Amino acid sequence: MRSRTVVLSVVFAALAIVIALVSLSVGTTKLPIADVVEVLLGGGRRGTRLVVLELRLPRVATGLLVGIAFAVSGALLQTLSRNPLASPDIVGVNSGASAGAVAVIVLAGTGGGNISGFAAKVGIPLAALIGGLVATLVVGALSIRRGIVDAGRVVLIGVGVAAAANSLVAWLLVVGDVNDAGRAAAWLAGSLNSREWSDALPVFGAVVCLLPVAMMFNRDLSALVLGDDVASSLGVRVARIRLALLVIATVLAALATAGAGPIAFVALVAPQVAQRLTRMERPPLVTAATLGALFVVLADLLARNGLQWTQVGPYELPVGVVTAACGAPYLLHLIGRQQKGR
Amino acid sequence: MSTSATNVRSVSPPSVRRTAALLALVVVLLLAFAASLALGSRWLGPGALWHALAANTGSDADVIVRNLRFPRTVVAVLIGLCLGIAGTLMQGHTRNALAEPGIFGVSSGAAFFVVLGLQLGLVESVSSTVWVALIGALLATFGVQQLASRGSGATPVGLALTGAAVAAMLGALTSAIVLLDANTLDSYRFWAVGSVAGRGLDVAGQVLPFAVVGLLLAVVNARDLDMLALGDDVAAGLGLSIRRARLVGLGAIGLLTAAGVAACGPIGFLGLLAGHVARRIFGARNTWLIPAAGVIGAAALVLADLVGRLVGGAGEVQAGVVLGVVGAPLFVLVVRRRAVAL
Repeated sequence: MRSRTVVLSVVFAALAIVIALVSLSVGTTKLPIADVVEVLLGGGRRGTRLVVLELRLPRVATGLLVGIAFAVSGALLQTLSRNPLASPDIVGVNSGASAGAVAVIVLAGTGGGNISGFAAKVGIPLAALIGGLVATLVVGALSIRRGIVDAGRVVLIGVGVAAAANSLVAWLLVVGDVNDAGRAAAWLAGSLNSREWSDALPVFGAVVCLLPVAMMFNRDLSALVLGDDVASSLGVRVARIRLALLVIATVLAALATAGAGPIAFVALVAPQVAQRLTRMERPPLVTAATLGALFVVLADLLARNGLQWTQVGPYELPVGVVTAACGAPYLLHLIGRQQKGR
Repeated sequence: MSTSATNVRSVSPPSVRRTAALLALVVVLLLAFAASLALGSRWLGPGALWHALAANTGSDADVIVRNLRFPRTVVAVLIGLCLGIAGTLMQGHTRNALAEPGIFGVSSGAAFFVVLGLQLGLVESVSSTVWVALIGALLATFGVQQLASRGSGATPVGLALTGAAVAAMLGALTSAIVLLDANTLDSYRFWAVGSVAGRGLDVAGQVLPFAVVGLLLAVVNARDLDMLALGDDVAAGLGLSIRRARLVGLGAIGLLTAAGVAACGPIGFLGLLAGHVARRIFGARNTWLIPAAGVIGAAALVLADLVGRLVGGAGEVQAGVVLGVVGAPLFVLVVRRRAVAL
């Protein structure tokens, strides 16, 4: 890695940790940062430990992990398709995962807004994974033209598949009990509210297992940017590697969606900003990952406290509202740039 | 870019055949109307239908037909007409085969304003919903078109993505508002799925003025659209005020979409479906295309409602969901045919 990439990655990681600490300290019970650090190092009083370790840390940890997972997924998809718009939230992976997860929340719901332990811990991640993989499969299969996946078509067909999945979600919301629908709607907005360790675990597993694997393909990714012909003449087995990375990207996005809902635009924005700042030809994986983590924890901090700080009201917003409000203008900017380049 | 399938068919069939085809479509619509009255959880024969419509005695069958099936079918015809024509107008004005109120963020704009109005207490009834839906639809139509036209003009991919971006942002804001208030969520989720169930003649009456003005504008606009299809320069040379033609078209699209969204919620893919089927049968002449798309849209919505009623069993599958399931493959087909530019 070049020094610029390393420095930026370290800076983003450090900022993400600082924001995470701030997020652990603010809330209804305000805690000094020193106390938070003390608890994290194993000390502190029982009450403080409860607030930090049981109530706030699962949420913040989930936020950091889904930020990493979404960003890496987006970086992989954007590199594979050589299209900055091909992120999992645009090409239907997140919508497919949402349909799967909402199906479990609504259909396994007891009517009380809660679902039983096993269905929640295993069912939601599993259903999201299946939904995300099905969406990827459909989009991938339909985008093939003359034997290769057409990069431009991936985006358009992804929009169509996402629309179909969304109409399925709307139907699930109607058939469900109002409390289950409320839970699903809160989750659909992309929310970190009341996360538990069981929410973070599948994302943690995905990040720990798949990020190193993705890193192993770093050299191949750089070759793929030069085009399939050049890459294969450099000895890269293009078709096989493309498939492997597509699966990794899908699993990461689907499990992140299971953990925190389809948080908008993280997968799109983080890799693109990382690419611009590092001035590389493709989104760098580690820098994108650290930036994604930073983006999500910062957005969640604002979503959780923004309305109180601005004296608007005692409400908490879902994190996805903040990322959408920041991400949508950036997407519009990207589209504008692409069109100027034509 | 490509000689699209639609351009190849722009040689119009002779007018006798087109008149016959239009009459056949009207017959299909009438049959769909009759089937919608006769079929449901209880089958009613022609005798029972005639009795209900001609000599109401208040029997169960009479009540079902007069109070439930007849009103919702009338609403389906009216709104199908509006949305089919709105989509076809959008396809003509944007020269984009993918143009559709649902895809372009127009429905999201209307939905966002409706929810905002509900939350702020500005609207209570459907009649006041129409006004806010109208404003939202018009702003979104105009905004997406403007945003997508930066740089070298609106490309099909640019328009679809700009619509997706705007829809994502408005969707996040809508869900943020909905989540703050459980009552709004409960009414919103039934409205958001898109359905004609339970919509009475009063709803049809309330949106009727908007629909009528929109339809009149559409008829006026059809001839101008044929000139615009020759290119802006040629159209201006033929004495057409481009600006006025665009404004009339935009007004028609906004009014028709608003009437549809206000009455039935955001029903997607209807404009896409109607526009493409009409184009296949009638070629590219808007004076034929627009009435035909209206009839097709009406028949499609009546049939979608009927299918949802029949497959649902005890519950119902909403017409919006049926159209999403049918419309998404159609969307994919359009994209795959590369009929992306008109």
